[in-house]
Amino acid sequence: MACLLEAPLRISVLSEVTATSRHYVDRLFDPDPQKVLQGVIDMKNAVIGNNKQKANLIVLGAVPRLLYLLQQSSSSLELRTECSVVLGSLAMGTENNIKSLVDCHIIPALLQGLLCPDLIFIEACLRCLRTVFISPVTPVQLLYTDSTVIPHLMSLLSRSQRTQEYITQIFSHCCKTPEHQTVLFNHGAIQNIAPLLISPSYKVRMQALKCFSVLAYENTQVSMTLVNVLVDGELLSQVFVRMMQRDQPIEMQLTAAKCLTYMCRAGAIRTDDSCVVLKTLPCLVRMCSKEHLLEERVEGAETLAYLMEPDVELQRIASTTDHLVAMLADYFKYPSSVSAITDIKRLDHDLKHAHELRQAAFKLYASLGSNDEDIRKKITETENMMDRIVSGLSESSIKVRLAAVRCLHSLSRSVQQLRTSFHDHAVWKPLMKLLQNAPDEVLVMASSTLCNLLLEFSPSKEPILESGVIELLCSLTQSDSPALRVNGIWALMNMAFQADQKVKGEIVRCLGTEQLFRLLSDPDTNVLMKTLGLLRNLLSTRPHIDQIMSSHGKQIMQAVTLILEAEHSIEVKEQTLCILANIADGNTAKELIMTNDDMLQKIKYYMGHSNVKLQLAATFCISNLIWNEEDGSQERQDKLREMGFVDILHKLTQASDPNLSDRAKTAMQQYLA
Amino acid sequence: MSGQSSGCGFLMSVVVHGDSVLNEQEKELNQRLRRLYPAVNENETPLPRSWSPKDKFSYIGLSQNNLRVHYKGMTPRHTQAASRVLLLHRYMGIGLSAQGVNMNRLPGWDKHSYGYHGDDGHSFCSSGTGQPYGPTFTTGDVIGCCVNLINNTCFYTKNGHSLGNDLRQQSQYPNLYPTVGLQTPGEVVDANFGQHPFVFDIEDYMREWRTKIQAQIDRFPIGEREGEWQSMIQKMVASYLVHHSYCATAEAFAKSTDQAVHEELASIKNRQKIQKLVLSGRMGEAIETTQQLYPNLLERNPDLLFMLKVRQFIEMVNGTDSEVRCLGGRSPKSQDSYPGSPRPFSSPSHKASSSQPYLPGFDSNCCNGVTSNKSHSSSPHSHKPCPPGSGSTLPASDISLNGSRSQQPISSSDVDMEVDHFTNGVTESSSNGFLNGSSKHATEPDDCDADMEVESAQSKRQLCGGSQAAIERMIHFGRELQSMSEHLRRECGKNSANKKMLKDAFSLLAYSDPWNSPVGYQLDAIQREPVCSTLNSAILETHNLPKQPPLAQAVGQAAQCLAIMARTGSGSCAFASVDDYLH
Repeated sequence: MACLLEAPLRISVLSEVTATSRHYVDRLFDPDPQKVLQGVIDMKNAVIGNNKQKANLIVLGAVPRLLYLLQQSSSSLELRTECSVVLGSLAMGTENNIKSLVDCHIIPALLQGLLCPDLIFIEACLRCLRTVFISPVTPVQLLYTDSTVIPHLMSLLSRSQRTQEYITQIFSHCCKTPEHQTVLFNHGAIQNIAPLLISPSYKVRMQALKCFSVLAYENTQVSMTLVNVLVDGELLSQVFVRMMQRDQPIEMQLTAAKCLTYMCRAGAIRTDDSCVVLKTLPCLVRMCSKEHLLEERVEGAETLAYLMEPDVELQRIASTTDHLVAMLADYFKYPSSVSAITDIKRLDHDLKHAHELRQAAFKLYASLGSNDEDIRKKITETENMMDRIVSGLSESSIKVRLAAVRCLHSLSRSVQQLRTSFHDHAVWKPLMKLLQNAPDEVLVMASSTLCNLLLEFSPSKEPILESGVIELLCSLTQSDSPALRVNGIWALMNMAFQADQKVKGEIVRCLGTEQLFRLLSDPDTNVLMKTLGLLRNLLSTRPHIDQIMSSHGKQIMQAVTLILEAEHSIEVKEQTLCILANIADGNTAKELIMTNDDMLQKIKYYMGHSNVKLQLAATFCISNLIWNEEDGSQERQDKLREMGFVDILHKLTQASDPNLSDRAKTAMQQYLA
Repeated sequence: MSGQSSGCGFLMSVVVHGDSVLNEQEKELNQRLRRLYPAVNENETPLPRSWSPKDKFSYIGLSQNNLRVHYKGMTPRHTQAASRVLLLHRYMGIGLSAQGVNMNRLPGWDKHSYGYHGDDGHSFCSSGTGQPYGPTFTTGDVIGCCVNLINNTCFYTKNGHSLGNDLRQQSQYPNLYPTVGLQTPGEVVDANFGQHPFVFDIEDYMREWRTKIQAQIDRFPIGEREGEWQSMIQKMVASYLVHHSYCATAEAFAKSTDQAVHEELASIKNRQKIQKLVLSGRMGEAIETTQQLYPNLLERNPDLLFMLKVRQFIEMVNGTDSEVRCLGGRSPKSQDSYPGSPRPFSSPSHKASSSQPYLPGFDSNCCNGVTSNKSHSSSPHSHKPCPPGSGSTLPASDISLNGSRSQQPISSSDVDMEVDHFTNGVTESSSNGFLNGSSKHATEPDDCDADMEVESAQSKRQLCGGSQAAIERMIHFGRELQSMSEHLRRECGKNSANKKMLKDAFSLLAYSDPWNSPVGYQLDAIQREPVCSTLNSAILETHNLPKQPPLAQAVGQAAQCLAIMARTGSGSCAFASVDDYLH
């Protein structure tokens, strides 16, 4: 004990303070238990609200002694209770205090204390545990290491309002993962906590509500159970609706709205249920209004974004509710110019929340605009919106950058916006910059947005090409993340669509045939589809087909064969047959098929396939091979006739599918001419 | 066309071409309107219940009890508008307008007219050019309009969703009427002025504003220096106690709050004595004592004297007046059963004193009638000095002091409490045993009622206590009263109040059991209170003291103020009722 104080520098400053502190600690070692008790009580009074004193006592080693006294069964209950009160008081100090307490194994000691039958002592232990567990520095896992703890806490819920408040607060702070949710769920958290929602104590109701919000988050099992729970004869969802009434405290309204949002997203409540459409959604929109605290506005916007993400109808309603789109523009006005001059404290507060506000607004805009063209238009027409996104893309906070790029991505689904505002504000520039060096989650969004910007009709396509994007995209296709590989190859596919020879050559050169074929055997079907799409776009217009096939014909034919022979979905095979049809359209490339009897047999097989799409693609391929006006068409027609293709074509002219029969008839005409 | 007069803000929604059944639900409508417009006096400003058949253009037709509107014109009106009529977009607007605006135009286009139009979702504010406001609306949509007179805003709703405040319409809304305009042939609009529940949760919206207003009241700043506020409250309490002659309490309160009492103790005690006599039904003694202590008072107030005498007559019938009591009637219980003075606001609880928070130097043991045993934890600033209404008819209520409020049923342990009070160091000089602080409301079950029931069970209540001599005395007294009345009329002219008073009193004799007769209410002890209060006020006036305690006056002023606010369309009064603060 006190060894740290031997350092001479400290003694000069602290000697006076520590002398009294040391006295407090010394008294804990008195042989007379009565004096020890008085010592603990005096210590309690000395530390309340005094962080310096708390730190001193911790340094002087009071914690292990207090814990010892707390655990000693020979100690009187009163002493043990006072010890836990002092420890709770120490925990109220700084984060360092909490760390020291946790290092001294305070948690197992207090959990052990809960086994005592005395309610006052239990409450003191729980209060202290609560304070320790709600600190961000405490590892939540400590609650789950002993498997008997959770059931015991559940059983203590019936003891008093205090135990209810502390335990539910511990639960809501320590439920961070799906595993935690499952553990709590399996120990009857729902049945045990639901009745607390109508407790006479506001604190208990509030903490119970918080518990449900963390339990239901992205958890179908919990959410599905919650919808059927009755509290005093009333459905839980109705209890939550009542808690959202506009005269309830904001914290309660917001948390109840979260519960319903999570239940809805987990599929337990329909998105067109009136408790979502007429209660939760308006409540969350209200939370975004200026009259609320910045934290509440952030939480409200994020929750609302999450609620309506998958549902266009909710997006439409929200977009017209209380001028939400315009209201969100206020989120970018922090710190406001007024606060900077008048109030330093306010400025500090604003600054702290400015990032959070911006990212929340971007998220909500992203969610609002993810489906409806009119809403996107409304968003881009909001004051300075595009400028805000552009500057958001280069903000220091990753959260803001990610949210800004999500918003941009959402808006980039609009053809009109791509043609107008996106081009006007040169959003591709910061976007490209963002792609250079960003964490994966940002990269996924950014590259996905880039895909849209590279669409053929996008005016941004040209400048992006000139900025050396191909290399970047090719490197993305080598990523470990399937999402990044898809986006990389997708963007290349879009880029290759109706591109000139130079660009196509650049893509092939940069990507390399080896990588191209590696992508053709990618485990992710999306990657495969987009790679086939790229191939198809590369192999368009005759000169391009011939040129690429002359240099890479062998590998491409090999890859096509492999895919057609392997187990793949109809879509993949169709895309592959389309590539084949493109090859058949080339002048010299045709021969690669005509000389490959195996391939011709495969085409024949697909012409007789049960799926019309595959039949159509295969017929298209044959039609290209026998097209009259080209050199050597007569020989090809003869060869194919010999192989029995005419009979098949003849049969297909009778096909019930009009497209297929038309295509077959056109092909037949080549023979007649 | 517009709906009928609106007083204090209004709500309505229209269902575009809805075909809801419009069965008469008058009762529901009235109930809903009362809930939605708590401060509107419909006698002064009736609320809209349907469209006005007068204020409409000839192309507009009405049906379904004037709730359904349809367009009868064959071609769209307004050439400048016609070009904008698309097949998909119904040309229709809802909004507000003053009386007398041109009914041949859509709401919003003219002066004093505001509207939200379905074809473009724009809002029009006394102008032909609209501003983007909300979404478009069409067949099947339910559009609502809400005017908030607290912050003078207006917003529309679509299918139960608020579209947000229409900033352009942020102005005063004096006497605007809900209005709807149509100009597509065959167009039909159904209106709901409260006949059905609104799709938009207006009750929830009101809850929020109620909470806001009440929070505003609770947090109202009460001057720079806290001490001033405190001493003002103390003065009000003290003056109230003095006014109602809670003598010992007033003295103790004044002592512990360090203030001067502006009336001599003896004078207070005199008034208390008289009041006690009146309240115990001993009118004869009361009149005598008044004449002794305040000579000339009754001579100068013949109407007051008449009123006292009429009351005396009633008490004779009751058998409680001293003149008939001494004639062999049973001994009245009245003194015990109706102790103390006029109704105080609450009964004290001595138990509370140890646990409740109170201001320094404020001994709650002494503040008779204003202590509480249920302490609200609100700060001392938040309390409202809200004693009950003015004059003689004080409603049963308690006042809140110290931010703490009490409402406790009156228990039968009054005597214990009194003892407690006396032992609480209150100097007691009178031998008459002032029954400080214990109070009875006839509206609550109290000893008084209990006693009466017991009595009637034992022996049936009899006229003048059952004594023949007393009855004769009573009849003789009645004759005197009659001649006094005639004398009064000759001297001072006709007085219908006096006439009625006498008639009612004499009517008691027409029934064999006056207590259970239609005029039997006069025999109720509670009827002594107005008499007592009037007499007390008259005495105080002769001493140049206010005839009403400032506390009661403040409450009266607050109530009056709210009424004026309601009349001038100041919306927040709807959520601030004096009664909310008097429990």
